[in-house]
Amino acid sequence: MTKPAALPADWRDLYALTKPGVMRLVVFTALCGLLAAPVMPPAVIGFTAILCIALGAGAAGALNQWYEVDLDSKMRRTANRPLPAGRVDRQTALHFGVGLGAFSVIFMGLAANVLAAVLLAASILFYVLIYTVWLKRRTAQNIVIGGAAGAFPPLVGWVAATGHIGLLPVLLFAIIFLWTPPHFWALSLFVRSDYAAANVPMMPVVAGIQATRRQIAIYSVIMAVAAVAPWPLHLTGAIYGVAAAILGAVFVAMSLMVLANTATEPKLMKPEKRLFAFSILYLFVLFAALVADRWLLA
Amino acid sequence: MSTEEAPRPKDEVIRARQKARARIMAWLLAAFIVLLFFITIAKMGLHR
Repeated sequence: MTKPAALPADWRDLYALTKPGVMRLVVFTALCGLLAAPVMPPAVIGFTAILCIALGAGAAGALNQWYEVDLDSKMRRTANRPLPAGRVDRQTALHFGVGLGAFSVIFMGLAANVLAAVLLAASILFYVLIYTVWLKRRTAQNIVIGGAAGAFPPLVGWVAATGHIGLLPVLLFAIIFLWTPPHFWALSLFVRSDYAAANVPMMPVVAGIQATRRQIAIYSVIMAVAAVAPWPLHLTGAIYGVAAAILGAVFVAMSLMVLANTATEPKLMKPEKRLFAFSILYLFVLFAALVADRWLLA
Repeated sequence: MSTEEAPRPKDEVIRARQKARARIMAWLLAAFIVLLFFITIAKMGLHR
């Protein structure tokens, strides 16, 4: 359990509750979704939409930590977060998360449009209720279904600009949805003991290491194909198509190296660590290519 | 001799944190007002 915090929370700890590292990727993919849209809103509306998405992601992160304080305190990777370390009390985290979430959704509705606000609310609720509360402690498929929450940002960015959902943002949603399992399973392979200690049924803990490596390879192939799909469907041009093909080929090759690895000790899991690091770069470069394609070839 | 007690170190930390948070809230509110102003101007331009 969390230790009681006698002092008022420091603003740096409240900031840490928003998971700034995760937020960077959320903001970037949302910005790319907005910039890839066929119509551009006024700059201040676009800025506000991205700000609201960032605040919404921060709220989801805070509520996730509020609910998972018992798990976080058992895992080395998360034990020093503000709640398990006792620097913030649970009530403050709950109020901060709910307040930030409500503000982000209402402000999105006022500044951009109602559909974008509804999607933003759905993404926060999905992450908190479906992933954190329902799935994470119950099934090894937690990250597969829960990955949908992280796939919302480019869709919300697009809808904030256009006011409607199109095929391209749905494909962007699908790409991140399919990217999430190999990304998180690569991590969970080399921090497996942490998840096991906290009784979280991550794939390597429940199904074993080799089964997880097979799943990583399968999802990587499907994701690579989905990522190229916008090009033959004439939703993007060659800049995006070629970038997606090259990046996808590298991703699949690295996932096959993971599959070929038989190590069970984290220190021998170099292919897994490389795939995890590359998966982050992959998403950044893929979405940057999408924006470059839209702006250079439009 | 003063009858007031000198603040304990813990009180000073509490005051410092409250002050830091109040200052940040003030800046955020000011930024929010500025942002609202520009959003209003942009929306008026869209509906013209």
